[in-house]
Amino acid sequence: MPDGALPVLDVKDLKTVFRTRQGEVHAVNSVSFDLRPGELLGVVGESGSGKSVTMMSLIGLLPTPPAEVRNGQVLFGGKDLLKTDDDTLRAIRGARIGFVFQDPMTSLNPVFSVGYQLMEPLRKHMGMNKAAARKRAQELLELVGIPDAGRRLKDYPHQFSGGMRQRVMIAIALACDPQVLIADEPTTALDVTIQAQILELVKDLRQKLGMAIVWITHDLGVIAGIADRVIVMYGGQIVEHAPVRDLFANPQHPYTRALLETIPKVHGARDDRLRVIEGQPPILGAAPEACPFRARCTHRFERCDRENPPRVPVGPDHDAACFWDAGTGGERDV
Amino acid sequence: MFDLRTDMALVKVHDLKMHFPIYTGVLRRHTGDVKAVDGVSFDIIEGETLGLVGESGCGKSTCGRAVLRLYDITSGSIVIDGDDISTMSQDDLRRKRPTMQMVFQDPQASLNPRMTVAGIIGEPLDEHTKLTKSEREARIYELMDQVGLNRDFANRYPHEFSGGQRQRIGIARALALNPKFIVCDEPIAALDVSIQAQVVNLLEDLQERLGLTYLFISHDLSMVRHIADRVAVMYLGKIVELASRDDLYSDPLHPYTKALLSAVPEPDPTLHDTAERVILTGDVPSPSNPPKGCNFCTRCPAVMDICHRVDPEFLTVRPGRQVACHHYSETKNTNVDQPVT
Ligand SMILES: Nc1ncnc2c1ncn2[C@@H]1O[C@H](COP(=O)(O)OP(=O)(O)O)[C@@H](O)[C@H]1O
Ligand SMILES: Nc1ncnc2c1ncn2[C@@H]1O[C@H](COP(=O)(O)OP(=O)(O)O)[C@@H](O)[C@H]1O
Ligand SMILES: [Mg+2]
Ligand SMILES: [Mg+2]
Repeated sequence: MPDGALPVLDVKDLKTVFRTRQGEVHAVNSVSFDLRPGELLGVVGESGSGKSVTMMSLIGLLPTPPAEVRNGQVLFGGKDLLKTDDDTLRAIRGARIGFVFQDPMTSLNPVFSVGYQLMEPLRKHMGMNKAAARKRAQELLELVGIPDAGRRLKDYPHQFSGGMRQRVMIAIALACDPQVLIADEPTTALDVTIQAQILELVKDLRQKLGMAIVWITHDLGVIAGIADRVIVMYGGQIVEHAPVRDLFANPQHPYTRALLETIPKVHGARDDRLRVIEGQPPILGAAPEACPFRARCTHRFERCDRENPPRVPVGPDHDAACFWDAGTGGERDV
Repeated sequence: MFDLRTDMALVKVHDLKMHFPIYTGVLRRHTGDVKAVDGVSFDIIEGETLGLVGESGCGKSTCGRAVLRLYDITSGSIVIDGDDISTMSQDDLRRKRPTMQMVFQDPQASLNPRMTVAGIIGEPLDEHTKLTKSEREARIYELMDQVGLNRDFANRYPHEFSGGQRQRIGIARALALNPKFIVCDEPIAALDVSIQAQVVNLLEDLQERLGLTYLFISHDLSMVRHIADRVAVMYLGKIVELASRDDLYSDPLHPYTKALLSAVPEPDPTLHDTAERVILTGDVPSPSNPPKGCNFCTRCPAVMDICHRVDPEFLTVRPGRQVACHHYSETKNTNVDQPVT
């Protein structure tokens, strides 16, 4: 990636709250990140940490009510997506920002053939006629590795296996040559052997097409394999951000460190006892006025109960939201 | 050595089959069978954990349920703690139930939402024991202590608990009648990474304290490596390889085991650049219409002619190691020490 190139997507201080009958849920709290041209940005965090809500907020996919984007700026192609009208936003979603979700069955329409669902955005956003759209649809299915693509265009989603359906979703997301692909746990529901196929496909597509990708997952193994940079989310916030190798070799936030220590591995040394992170993730009932991880943290200071630590630089392109300094083992002076 | 192990086995499963009939058409004619479990054999030694791994739909859950006779099995024998339960009457089975229990994947779905924690944990006690009210209460508290649930929550309902705590309730219920053998069917699959380790450690502690024997079903190969003493790998209704944990993970023999292990993404970016990966093509065939010959022949990277014709036997190829693959059978003896790629 060329240094200093403008980010394709620049998210600043995003805040999303759900109003529910039980009160407010502060799902996303002051989240800022950028997505750089051609990179794959991994987003990790356990369920409920705010990964999906962050991505849905920035392209207007959350219904209001109950969701309310209270603050933030999302710069894409010179526009603030949070200030863009619905029609323009819909057009951007269909063409310039592609989406792939965990369960393809919820985003594929069961009553239309796969070919129709591929051709529709091509005709609508790219102005193709039927013949051109059909040809392109077939090319797209071939691109994502679906055998016998021409014949399968007329098949319906249920006629595809789970892995093949996810390939179809990727084909649809890529139809109009998007600048950004957002993939929300696209392999979580798949078996490992099928997941490995999809990950290979994505590596291959990146080389061929060069779009920037946001890849959400709770699986640090997946992230290790495909990401360039990683953001770690906890309790609706970004707690650490680093280039992938740096994150694994030199994690700074106690949550990231604990997470890396708890996951068992298939190769290498085997621990007799798993390390655990005691306790539960926080309930996001109010805007956080303290560190969201403090109750489970082994390096908690008195200050952590009073202040929500800001993200501070800890290395090149690497920051962590923590008052504990992993280098000195003492309290950080910020 | 093999005999010694068999003698110590608490659970002995031989050639177990569980086929589900398929009926089609208005006449509901029997047109075929889903061969969910198609001839599996294994022993589990008292106090050990046998891991059962494989991709979804390969028959793990069906196997686990069949071993506890939650189904009327198609054929085979199952001996648990000295009794052959494969042909046992329902009455005898009922008396046998306390020794063998199950922990399910989805604690939410397996706990009655209208019962309190005390009610859920106490239910098996009411069914199988004649405890007085105070004995019953004492036992419930004891169980809650054992699994790390706060006694003060005894009168709360399952929905008031987090996923990890609900799984503790499920485990407490499974322990109520002092079982010897527990089938754990994906007990951590629905839990977050940071909670999984808590539940796995609890299962390990309980095993040590109470001398439990586990069949631990999971699709998570790294967690199975952690918890299991021996591991069986299933593919399309059959066990393709069974070995001690260390042998299986450091030197997998069956091409499917190799592929499965190499597909697990390791949480280490430096490995991904160098690791040689076996990427399987295609999907698992349907268990109602398995391929002729070896079940894995349609996806096997090391497939040979014979594999399309003859179903390989499940043979002991080295001490304590069994595998069903022509690359390791007598007829292909020369290949035994050659790596299968
Ligand atoms: N429609 C909704 N109403 C209320 N709360 C919601 C809604 N959707 C998500 N949330 C809450 O927002 C938080 C973040 O959720 P999400 O972004 O889906 O997490 P992740 O994708 O990291 O698993 C969670 O606490 C979740 O319960
Ligand atoms: N009650 C049933 N009736 C018919 N088919 C079943 C039934 N239970 C499971 N199956 C089928 O048996 C196969 C194995 O299923 P299962 O044991 O649940 O696999 P796993 O637990 O490994 O994912 C699958 O093809 C499944 O659809
Ligand atoms: Mg999500
Ligand atoms: Mg199952």
